[in-house]
Amino acid sequence: MANVLAFAERRGGELRKVALEAVTAARQLADATGGGEVHALLIGAPGIASKAATLGRYGADVVIVVEHPGLELYSPEVVAATAAERIRAGGYRLGVFSASARGKDLAPRVAAKLGVSMASDATAIEANGDALIVRHPAYTGKVITTLALSGSPAIVTLRPGAVLATESARAGRVETAAPAMDPAAARVKPKELIQGNTAKMDLGEAPVIVSGGRGLKAPENFKLVEDLAAAFGNAAVGATRAVTDEGWRPHSDQIGQTGRLVSPDLYVACGISGAIQHLAGMRTSKTIVAINKDKDAPIFKIADYGIVGDVLEVLPVLTEAVRKAKGG
Amino acid sequence: MKIAVCIKRVADMETRFKIAPDGTSVDATGLKFDMGDFDGYAVEVALQLNEKEGKGEITAISLGPSVVQETLRKAMSMGVDRAVQLEAPAVPFDGMAIAHALAAELATGGYDLILFGRMAVDSANQSVGPMTAELLGLPCVTAASKLEIANGRGTARRELEGGAEILEFPLPAVVTIDEGIARPRYPSLKGIMAAKKKPLEVKPAQLGEARLTVQRMELPPERTGGRIIGEGTAAVPELVRLLQTEAKVL
Ligand SMILES: Cc1cc2nc3c(=O)[nH]c(=O)nc-3n(C[C@H](O)[C@H](O)[C@H](O)COP(=O)(O)OP(=O)(O)OC[C@H]3O[C@@H](n4cnc5c(N)ncnc54)[C@H](O)[C@@H]3O)c2cc1C
Ligand SMILES: Nc1ncnc2c1ncn2[C@@H]1O[C@H](COP(=O)(O)O)[C@@H](O)[C@H]1O
Repeated sequence: MANVLAFAERRGGELRKVALEAVTAARQLADATGGGEVHALLIGAPGIASKAATLGRYGADVVIVVEHPGLELYSPEVVAATAAERIRAGGYRLGVFSASARGKDLAPRVAAKLGVSMASDATAIEANGDALIVRHPAYTGKVITTLALSGSPAIVTLRPGAVLATESARAGRVETAAPAMDPAAARVKPKELIQGNTAKMDLGEAPVIVSGGRGLKAPENFKLVEDLAAAFGNAAVGATRAVTDEGWRPHSDQIGQTGRLVSPDLYVACGISGAIQHLAGMRTSKTIVAINKDKDAPIFKIADYGIVGDVLEVLPVLTEAVRKAKGG
Repeated sequence: MKIAVCIKRVADMETRFKIAPDGTSVDATGLKFDMGDFDGYAVEVALQLNEKEGKGEITAISLGPSVVQETLRKAMSMGVDRAVQLEAPAVPFDGMAIAHALAAELATGGYDLILFGRMAVDSANQSVGPMTAELLGLPCVTAASKLEIANGRGTARRELEGGAEILEFPLPAVVTIDEGIARPRYPSLKGIMAAKKKPLEVKPAQLGEARLTVQRMELPPERTGGRIIGEGTAAVPELVRLLQTEAKVL
């Protein structure tokens, strides 16, 4: 296949895990189809170029670095114009973006600027002659579609976690470019980035998620969920909409159809009934554990391991056992 | 303000879908349909904005076969003033093809604000709003969880993974609406009666070329879950053992 461009998403001065996933997916596709080059596009404030080497390690032959003092915050118009211009000028066959909050904002703009179609939230991408074949969960995850995307360049967003970021070192030769427009001329102006609690792991990046529902009964009982997450050490805390609607947890912790879509190695559902809108966000987790006092709760139908019991009693005991198993 | 809201008629998701015999679509028999969840939030946002100003006009637009008129009437029963059906025998899966038709209709409307849902819950493309904005050359903010409009300018908040951001933009603009912003109202009886007399125009949809096509639809493999390993705290040692030896996640 001809060359592939991977968009390297960052927040502040750090690469996000989804950036490495996009580069990995681009690398795998290029290799599977005759070994085109992978070019990563890295856009940010001056200093972001220091992240180019990491992108090379994950398989970028070239890293196109666009630095500008006006690009500390994500500026949708500037980034979209710059990505579209690079894709057009570079004659790429495909642009891979992440189906993250940023990528979902960016990729459709780029596709429309290029006058091409795009496939969203891909769980798998492969080439088939002139078309790309993309797997895309639709209908709140209840239907899996196989889509054919024709036209070149093609634009695809990749579901976070769909590809395991894997090292495959290439040169990562740095080329610098200027933004396609002056950030000061953008009509949509980013004013502020509100960081969540950065000490905590992001839901999209954590190998383990401990998630709590209304069965926890009160906001202060989320301490039990946090304790279990801390015992795992590599865990993030999630919640159902019932819980975020009550204001027990911030909206950004919500997992489900209208929240985050996650697929960690382990998902521990505590006092969660298992409504379809919640399942839509976590049913692709590799292993699911459910703790619920109602043996008929729908969550048990998709759980690998279920415990029927009171979460408020089970959680402290489980936390202690996990801490021991982890050797702490 | 002159506001347009683009709404899609989608199946109710609280059901077990069946794949139609053609293998590329969902069997519609027995399904209930309504406007998409996010489109409902967008309609509510439009209504609240104009109620605050005390004037203005809201137009709902839907692309699809004649059954979408039912969805447009629903929007009008909530308080939308007029509706446009962009007639097409079926709704293509390709968001860009849809965006072409919506942009062609919206270009001449003189709208101050054009609202979309963040995503249509059936196709889950999450692309039609920003694509339409690009085709119209308008500023765009996607997935707004808060929106304020004052003096010809807007301020929106978007949720990110583990954070959020605030953006400002001038009108006219396109905004796609996330949940959490407004609960859609139920149509009143008076609203339902009034909707019957509101204007609903039908025009042919000028769809773009469809380059994203469905090859196959299937149901996801059933999880082989359903294994209850025990009750209460007594089951914890067995769970830890399974997580270590079978699932190998601990
Ligand atoms: C358009 C739309 C979008 C939605 N999007 C989402 C979404 O993105 N994410 C989401 O999560 N939801 C979403 N929902 C809401 C969803 O339908 C459910 O209402 C919600 O997931 C329920 O949350 P819950 O499981 O915490 O609460 P409940 O359904 O109330 O379940 C609580 C569970 O806790 C158990 N329990 C109670 N006490 C104890 C105890 N002491 N010990 C153990 N177990 C106990 C109960 O048996 C019960 O099963 C959406 C709904 C709509 C209509
Ligand atoms: N057929 C349609 N008619 C009108 N609006 C639509 C249609 N399809 C999508 N939209 C709008 O675009 C949004 C995003 O759709 P999608 O990109 O398909 O997820 C929806 O929430 C609607 O606001």
